[in-house]
Amino acid sequence: MAGFLLRRLVNYAVLIAVAASLAYMLAATALDPRSNYEGRNPRPPAAVIDAQLAMYNLDDRTPLFERYLTWAGGVVRGDLGRTWNGDLVADRLGRRLGVTLRLIVLGVVLGSVAGVLVGACAGVRQYGWFDRLSTVAAFVVLAIPTVVLANMLIICAIWVNDHLGAQIFLVSGEATPGLEGGAGEGLLDRVKHLALPTLSLAAGQIAVYSRYQRNMMLDVLEADFIRTAMAKGLRRRTALLKHALRTALIPAVTYFAFTFGSLLVGATITESVFGWHGMGEELVASIRTNDVNSVAAISCFAALAVLLASLASDVLHAVLDPRVRVG
Amino acid sequence: MMTLPEEEFAEVQAEAEHVRVPSRARTVAGRFFRTRQGRLGFALLASLFLLAFLGPLASPWAVTDMDFSAFMQPPSAGHWFGTLQTGTDVYAVTLRGAQKSLLVGLLVAVLSTGVAAVAGSFAGYFLGWTDRTIMWVADLLLVLPAFLILAIMSPLFTSGRWLLFVVMLALFLWMVTSKIVRGMTRSIKEREYIKAARFMGVPSWIIIFRHVIPNLASLLIVDATLNVSAAILTETSLSYFGFGIQPPDVSLGGLIADGSKTALYAPWTFWFAAGGLIITVLSVNLVGDSLRDAFDPGAGGRA
Repeated sequence: MAGFLLRRLVNYAVLIAVAASLAYMLAATALDPRSNYEGRNPRPPAAVIDAQLAMYNLDDRTPLFERYLTWAGGVVRGDLGRTWNGDLVADRLGRRLGVTLRLIVLGVVLGSVAGVLVGACAGVRQYGWFDRLSTVAAFVVLAIPTVVLANMLIICAIWVNDHLGAQIFLVSGEATPGLEGGAGEGLLDRVKHLALPTLSLAAGQIAVYSRYQRNMMLDVLEADFIRTAMAKGLRRRTALLKHALRTALIPAVTYFAFTFGSLLVGATITESVFGWHGMGEELVASIRTNDVNSVAAISCFAALAVLLASLASDVLHAVLDPRVRVG
Repeated sequence: MMTLPEEEFAEVQAEAEHVRVPSRARTVAGRFFRTRQGRLGFALLASLFLLAFLGPLASPWAVTDMDFSAFMQPPSAGHWFGTLQTGTDVYAVTLRGAQKSLLVGLLVAVLSTGVAAVAGSFAGYFLGWTDRTIMWVADLLLVLPAFLILAIMSPLFTSGRWLLFVVMLALFLWMVTSKIVRGMTRSIKEREYIKAARFMGVPSWIIIFRHVIPNLASLLIVDATLNVSAAILTETSLSYFGFGIQPPDVSLGGLIADGSKTALYAPWTFWFAAGGLIITVLSVNLVGDSLRDAFDPGAGGRA
């Protein structure tokens, strides 16, 4: 098991390094920080612009590979560089990382747990009312892009608030600034802010996992070992939970690694629509402002996050499926 | 292939009764249209195509027209879907956006499935270093979300270069399918007809294009269909932030982004584009799902 994970880890480290380098080169080629200075009024002299760009390692007249080496050398020492107007990238992202984590963790937990449960219940009673309902619901949800879903939720929330005459859902930001009252009130305020972004992030996940888990459940329920488990006297509930669900979870766990990338994209969209100041919002803003170093740093984080998810799914896979540990 | 026994049975029966043997395409089409899901999806998709490409002819307004007597007006007899802040007709602009979204979806799906078929079958046929290299590239591309890379590259897509956007989007959608194709190629490679071709001295690349890929056609057709919706969804998210299809071209994502700002007091600016998009993706998914069932009746109702 340790050898298996170690091999994976080395492979992942190489992939992250290559992916991050690729992202840096792309960003440095496609984005144009020089235009930020040239667009200023009054326009600074060319020599000043060159000096500023050179100071932040953004000068497009230095060869790409040289800039890349400077950047990579900094990253290895833990220095992510500076933004186009001189802030430390690491400082800015550090503040935003927590926001994104709070959003994603809840989305992942709610999405995968609810999705697996819905799928398992639907699979156990195939063609029952719950199965049909969840199938139709999943089809509809999968057809709604996150941007549209998030906006629809906002519209609905405002409608509900207006009709009830109370602020049930809050649709902008992470917390109300300058809120009076105790810890309980603050927590309630955060929950009100969190409800809709989490829902828009988790809805797609629930739909995907429920379809997947249902199919796996159906395959497993026909298997001999379930019949054997019931024949030796296990109750139906025990047989389903201990034998069927555990086996059927294995592909869902593998799938987790694949959906994590789409979750990050979903978080970007959700953050921007709901006005959360997280990494995703920063990505959109930094691309718009031609901020090469911030974009490269966020790409690194994204690659790291996807591979951590893959590693987590490898570990879970090994826990659930003894053949992996032995083989 | 799970379908073989059933088709053999149909053939034997047909021969016994001296009627024409139903072709595979006919069998699949028959199964496809027998399901309610398949009929519904096909009808929705066909009418969307007709509306998007023939609908603009029915309206007097063009995309570039601005009606200076109607700003931000709700739907009426003159403007079927209402107007925008600039006096632009929502009907005309929504259909133009739908055209572009459908076109992008189709092109990306065909391209990415083509790449997946070639990459996956070469990896699975040659194995060894070819396999390791191709699968490593696939893993690498899976690590970085397509959204992120395409957003970074977005400054390159300006001034009407949307075809470059299509190519880049396709380059980020082939990986998962190519892994499935690789696995299936490995098992097809051991079949007798492949061995026979190899022993007769047919070059490997001809074997791949003439024998391996056609045998994966059912998987590839289904995958291409489902990639259409994946492409449309990704394009929408990118265009929402202005990273996808850029002016002067219009796409549904951009319209939804503009509409969402005014949706509360002018719902027509948001809901026609959003609704059109949802129905498009829904019908593509329905068609893809029914196609999968039609090709593989053994898994009926599972997918």
